[in-house]
Amino acid sequence: MANLTDLTIAEAQAGLAKGDFSSKEITEAHITAIEVARDLNAFVTETPERALADAEASDKRRAAGNVGALDGLPIAIKDLFCTKGVKSTASSHMLDGFVPPYESTVTSKMVEAGMVMLGKTNLDEFAMGSSNETSYFGPVVNPWKRNSDDQPLVPGGSSGGSAAAVAARLCLAATGTDTGGSIRQPASFCGIVGMKPTYGRCSRWGIVAFASSLDQAGPMTRTVRDSAILLQSMVGFDPKDTTSSEMPVPDFQAVLGQDIKGLKIGIPSEYRVEGTDPEILALWDQGIKWLEDAGAEAVEVSLPRTKYALPAYYIIAPAEASSNLARYDGMRYGLRADGDSLAEVYENTRAEGFGAEVRRRILMGTYVLSAGYYDAYYIKAQKVRKLIADEFSSAFETVDAILTPAVPSAAFAHGEKSDDLLGMYLNDVMTVPASLAGLPGISVPAGLSSDGLPLGLQLITKAFDEETLFRVADILEQSAGFTARPGQKV
Amino acid sequence: MSVDKSTVARIAQLARIKVPEEDLDALADELSKIVGWVEQLDEVDTEGVAPMASTAEGTVLRQREDVVTDGDCRDDVLANAPETAKGYFVVPKVIE
Repeated sequence: MANLTDLTIAEAQAGLAKGDFSSKEITEAHITAIEVARDLNAFVTETPERALADAEASDKRRAAGNVGALDGLPIAIKDLFCTKGVKSTASSHMLDGFVPPYESTVTSKMVEAGMVMLGKTNLDEFAMGSSNETSYFGPVVNPWKRNSDDQPLVPGGSSGGSAAAVAARLCLAATGTDTGGSIRQPASFCGIVGMKPTYGRCSRWGIVAFASSLDQAGPMTRTVRDSAILLQSMVGFDPKDTTSSEMPVPDFQAVLGQDIKGLKIGIPSEYRVEGTDPEILALWDQGIKWLEDAGAEAVEVSLPRTKYALPAYYIIAPAEASSNLARYDGMRYGLRADGDSLAEVYENTRAEGFGAEVRRRILMGTYVLSAGYYDAYYIKAQKVRKLIADEFSSAFETVDAILTPAVPSAAFAHGEKSDDLLGMYLNDVMTVPASLAGLPGISVPAGLSSDGLPLGLQLITKAFDEETLFRVADILEQSAGFTARPGQKV
Repeated sequence: MSVDKSTVARIAQLARIKVPEEDLDALADELSKIVGWVEQLDEVDTEGVAPMASTAEGTVLRQREDVVTDGDCRDDVLANAPETAKGYFVVPKVIE
């Protein structure tokens, strides 16, 4: 039998259904894999006892002929989702030790579907970062290495622990969250499929908030089919989130295997961003060719304000973050530091609890929202956001999907961009525009750099058209035939 | 526009984060860099454009029935508090 940790979700489902192995067996295989790969630092909290109990319960359900969509599948959860009775930290000192008395809507749907929870994965603190280096619990190591050296590389961020865990075969799949690229960028860095659905598809209830108008949960998997399977169990209307969508949820797997003959694929030249690795541009051209070979028509589209998406994002996201993170005051939960007055307790708690990047973004957000700057920065950014969303809408009047690179570079080394604030922010230059417009996007591993590192291509469709997204992603995946895997040496 | 040291001190106070004096210069420098960079938005003509707060803007906000949906969970609510007494949060003295 193949190694149980190498299976896709679809294969594991088939194997469990046929009785080739039990949930307990596949769960034990993953628990061992996690133990062996602790040097990756992919998990903040491992929950092996919980996983084994979940697995045994699943095996019982299966014996009784009563299985859910994710029954018995060992899955990891980004530590931004609140999980009842299991420490949920957002990788922040502020929430170290916080044990939610409730379950996020997304994870409760997954629990209902029968998943086995392996643990909580590492992330950039409060999901603010693109390299997983801002975590209070230390950086995550990308399981991939360059051919040319042995330096530890970043897995991307903020869902870096999830991406590394999926790539290193520590779980069949993981959840991520994406505010400006936090699923798609690490997926590209780690050679996996990362998907952000339309804003409103997944309930945000019980997910630690970063920027509420942008935050979306999504699946991180090794195949497009697995992405569709996991997404199916994450989405759905939730009255507890006012922005949760009541749009009907289609069967995402139904479109897989369909051809893309006659589909129009938009190619926006504005994504030829200065400084982008030429290998990535070549891969993009290759991707266009693959889709054309499959019968799609490549059409140039113009998204002229693309370059303004990132600066608009770095006003809007910090502004929302500064407001959202005001709740960490040391009174009801989380860290409390000493102080001589109430104000000093607040100030000391927040100084001690937040790391450097979170502090910087709260200050930036406070600045752009403060009297005298609100119109010049915050309102201006919201107007630019509107123009960017409108540009996508016009483009989707003529095309069915848009193809772009997912990232401007391959994974970089730990510390390599620590002194380059804006250079770090540029990691999200390809993913942020779709986030601002609330559109679904997916990063599909499409090739290796000359130095042996995975590179992803991104597809974007109009809002609530995940079906076209998966349909084209499926073809892209087949064409790329990406079978490389990390050496798993650390 | 560059962000000076006193502005950093002021917004840190607004954000209720104690920033040590020795960090102010570096933060002023970093925030100036970011602010200088985002100011490229001034190149975009946004005359007459309505600011977009959410991509869910077109949808009508729902109203739910005005009924109790939760409750009887005091111990859960208090479980993560830094300090509690007799079923209440304990906070630092507010009134002298």
